[in-house]
Formats: sequence, C-alpha cells, structure tokens
Amino acid sequence: MKIIKIDKKEWEQGLDKAREGYHLFGPVKDENYHIIKELGSTDYPDMDLSASSDTILSPKSVIFPQTEKMLTASLDESQENHHIMERVDTDYSPRALLGIKPYDARAFKFLELNFDTEEYKDPYFCDAMAATTFVGLAVNTPSKFDFSTSVGTGPFDETGLDILLVDTDKEYLAKVITDKGDDFLSKCGFDNKADEQGALKTIEALKENAEKAIGSEVSHGKLKDKTILELYNASFWEDISFSCINCGTCTYVCPTCWCFDIQDEAKDNVCTRYKNWDTCMSRLFTEHATGHNPRESKLSRVRQRFMHKLKYFPDKYDQGLMCVGCGRCVKHCPVNIDIREVCEQMNSYEENA
Amino acid sequence: MENPYRPYPVRIDDIEIATEDKSLKTFKFVFLNKEDEEKFSYQAGQFAELSIPGVGEIPIGIASSPVEKGFVKFTVFKTGVVTSHLHNMKVGDIMGLRGPLGNWYPWDTLENKNVLIIGGGFAFTTLRSSIIYMLDPANRSKFKNIDVVYGARSPGMLLYRDELYEWEKRDDINMHITVDGTDDPAWNYHVGFVPTITEECAPKADKDTYAIVCGPPIMIKFTQPVLEKLGYTDEQIIMSLENRMKCGIGMCGRCNIGKELVCKDGPVFTLKEINQTPKEY
Repeated sequence: MKIIKIDKKEWEQGLDKAREGYHLFGPVKDENYHIIKELGSTDYPDMDLSASSDTILSPKSVIFPQTEKMLTASLDESQENHHIMERVDTDYSPRALLGIKPYDARAFKFLELNFDTEEYKDPYFCDAMAATTFVGLAVNTPSKFDFSTSVGTGPFDETGLDILLVDTDKEYLAKVITDKGDDFLSKCGFDNKADEQGALKTIEALKENAEKAIGSEVSHGKLKDKTILELYNASFWEDISFSCINCGTCTYVCPTCWCFDIQDEAKDNVCTRYKNWDTCMSRLFTEHATGHNPRESKLSRVRQRFMHKLKYFPDKYDQGLMCVGCGRCVKHCPVNIDIREVCEQMNSYEENA
Repeated sequence: MENPYRPYPVRIDDIEIATEDKSLKTFKFVFLNKEDEEKFSYQAGQFAELSIPGVGEIPIGIASSPVEKGFVKFTVFKTGVVTSHLHNMKVGDIMGLRGPLGNWYPWDTLENKNVLIIGGGFAFTTLRSSIIYMLDPANRSKFKNIDVVYGARSPGMLLYRDELYEWEKRDDINMHITVDGTDDPAWNYHVGFVPTITEECAPKADKDTYAIVCGPPIMIKFTQPVLEKLGYTDEQIIMSLENRMKCGIGMCGRCNIGKELVCKDGPVFTLKEINQTPKEY
C-alpha cells in the first residue's frame, strides 16, 4: 500500500499540473448550494468537510449525465447516409472526479451492474468509467443523514475509488488504491511517501471515529427471507405512499438510481437521440401507448421504488441493498418520506402478524 | 465495443395493409448491409426496436420467421406517435432496426411435444413466426401435433388471412379459426370467442403438450380457466408479455415485473413464473 503525503498548501498547485492531462470535476459552491461540475481553469474543488458542503445531487452525472447525446443522423435525403444513426463524438479523454464521498463512489459499482453486463455494454457509461479517475475524500464528520455503514459501505470505503484522500488537518494522506490513482498523483507531482505504518494508524483512528459518529442505522437482514409477493402485497404501502407527491426528487438525488428515458429531437434536418434521467415516480414511465398503465396508482409507483432498492435488486444481484446510505433522499424529500423507516417496516413485516 | 443503441439501417421494401380497418400494416424491411442481416439472427418469439430517426423507437414482435431469409417483417398497430409516423412512411424510406431482443418461445422444451397455439387479435405476429418455423420441412418432424386457435372480431380483422386459409387445408396442422361475429354467409370457419373455441376444439393436456398463449388481456383472462379445465399446468402454459420499453436491453428500468425485466428476461414466461411476480403488465 502506497501512501502519499500532500501538503495542503501544495494541493492546488498539484491540481494545476494535472489539468494538462485531465478534465477536473469536483464539488463547488454555486450560489446557494454545492454542485458537482467540471472545473474551470481557475476553479478548485471545495474540500470542506462539513455537512453544509454536501452536494445536493450525487456525482453520478459525471459518468451518467442527466441528458446525454447518444446518436445522430442527417434527415436530409440529398445527403449520403441520411437516416442512418451513428454515435456522436464525445470527449473521453482522461477525467478526474475530485473530493467525492467514498460511499458515492461505491454507487458507481452498482451502476456498473446495470450498464456493464456480460450481454450488453452501454458504451457511453463504460467509456466514461474508463476515462475517469475517482479521487475520494474520506468523511471525518458524517452528517446526521448518513447511514452508509449499515448498508455495507461507509465514510472511508475504498471500493469505488482510485485514491482515498484523508484530511488529517495539516495535510492529506493519499491512499493509492489503483494504478489509475498512481498515474494521477504523478501527474500532480505528489510523490512524498508517508511512513506507511504511521499513516495507516492515523487513517484507522479517523475512520473509527467517523464510523462511531454515525448515529443512524437501518436493519435489513430479514428482507431476503421474505418473498417478493409477500412484501409487494403488504398492508403498509398505503401508509407509506399517502403523503408522496411523486415529485421524483428522491430518484434524481440518488447516486444509485439508474433509470432513463430515450428521446429523439429533430432540428434543421439533423436528428439527435438522447438518453435522459427518468423517474419511476412518473405516470408516463410505464404508460402503454394504449393508455393502459401497469403502475397507474401512486401507491404502485412508490412501492416500485422501494421494492427495487430493497428487494428486487438484492434478490437479483446478491450484493446488498441498492442504497449507499448517503441520506440525500431523506434530506430532500418534501414530505419527509424516509427510506430508513420504510426499510425497517419491510424488514420487520410478518405476513400473518 | 458493440453499441447496443445503434440501429442497423434498413429500407422499407414493402408495406401491406393487414386488416380491413387499416389499423394494422405489415412492413417488410431489408438490411442495407448484408452483414447486419447475419448479426440479426433471431428465434421465433423475439422482438426488435423499430427505430425512426428523429421520431423514436417502438418494441414490436418479429412477424417473419427465422426460416424466411433476406428480409424481416413486422405487423404494426397504429396507436402512438412512432406507429402513426410509421404508418405514413413509404416504400424506399430508410430507418433503423435494433435487435433481436428478448428471449423466445422455448423451442428446446417444445421438441417432440404437442403444441397448442392460442392467439387473439393483433397478437398473432410472433405466433405466425412460430407456425412458419414449425411447419418448415426441416423442422416439422421435431414437433408432434400442432393445433392453432386464432380469433379476431371479424374475418377482415384476422391477420395473415391467406396463410391461415392455406394452413387450414394442410393435414400437418389443425387450424381452429374463429371470429366474434360475421354476416358473411360464405364464412366456413368458427364463430365464437377464443376461450369458447379453445374449450371445444383444443386438445386435452398430457405431459407432452404445451400451450402458447398470446392475446389481449381479456382473452387471456378467460382462456386461463379453460386451459386449466383441459388439464394444462402452469408450467405448460407459455405466455408473451408486453410493457412500455425504451432500451430493450435491460437497462432503462421501466418494464420490470418484480425483479424480471420483460425486455431481457422475457417477453416469454411460463404462467408459473408470472404467478411468482407482481402483475405489473
């Protein structure tokens, strides 16, 4: 395990060097709140550790954009190859995604299960993943919405990262997890090796404190023993969905929600096919052309979201819940629906009780 | 990396009005590139996305049969934005085709079995593909008795009428063609709803008999108890489902019934499998 010491005063200079080889993305304050975006040539990521710097949206848009051009064709019949769709030219030169939460990085591993399969590969997703170096910043002081440790990830999870930065106040300790991470640090010119034993000890102590500071947890161990139909037909969905206004906020802020729509647009004899984030909270999501809708009721749509995350996904992939415990959906839900409470209810449900 | 979203370019080679009310048309496509036709190697029961640049895509069952070479055929009901646009297109127009997608009728399981096919209305497209496949001289000996119950509102609403009447004359397939009603005195076939005709004409089940059912929800609802009465178990009843789809490759997330995706794990399921999932179709 290689651990590099980065003096905080040298951090921004290092990033400036990296700009020669990478497009940099990271959290920045945009008027009222933090967002993840591509950094301009004079922007630096906000490495503030306090909960107020949490980004409203997760970083998923860097790999899976809210709207993305997929294919294009000319509709002008005098042109050769008119109406023949080809992939648009997208820049997949190296990118570095800086200062993200470790559990947000873990979420990309879940997206991978959907977009990068043996049978089909979504080339837009796969190319973006391959182009990106994931540089996480360990969360020393978790927010009160954070329940990442009870869903198998955590404030120091390295699973989806190439580099884990740990803020020790004076400096960053950079744990080099992959070769991609190593390349990025070399490009930055960071090569001051830390004493491994000492550094690991420091990191371990901070990790322990952070994990201890997480006050909320969720139990889900009994979910797998219940059948899909048992939970689907449970009596609590009416109560859970009662206040939902189907706004879709939970699905857009979620780092693991991957559903999308495909739409065509034609302008000036050129057409473009887009992939856009979609939401299972919308009626149109499942409405047939005939008007028939298998998820016509609000209840059925709310149930779909929780069943997907907490039962269908775990049953299909055997990799735990489709949730990294970031708490965004809890924090931003306008009617205070809380996935932790729903999960508890599902977990403790007894059909005949 | 093969891009599963990029459609193969095809040319509309022929358009045929399929029903008397003109709400269904059969489109014959040829591939612009010969190698795409080879890549588009399919089995009876699969579907594809018909892809119109600038308009959108629709998932439609493949009506031609794997034993028919050089073209692919789809019979399309005019109902939404894309199908309405398609109905206004003309021979020679260029568009796209993505697929083949989904699973197919379980041809391995059906080998050396009696096959009962039950279809209603427009949902006869992949069943036509299946019948042509089974009747092909290279394949007919692989199956025992073949029975087909197919019904529509009126004679003019039956799909592939010429073929139906040809099959009726053959002795290696038992056709039970029916209409809900007709005032045509020359109508030589059954009159009555599909479930009723199934009860009267379909073979009783033994362990070597399977039923493939495809039709509107109301027909399926009333055919199920009939099949049960005839002795078919839930494992011997095979159905093809439809749901709203976009990607067709199991990624966009809308066509699921429980943890199964209709586009990728289906569209073909046994009734037993369907009974274990939420009925969200």
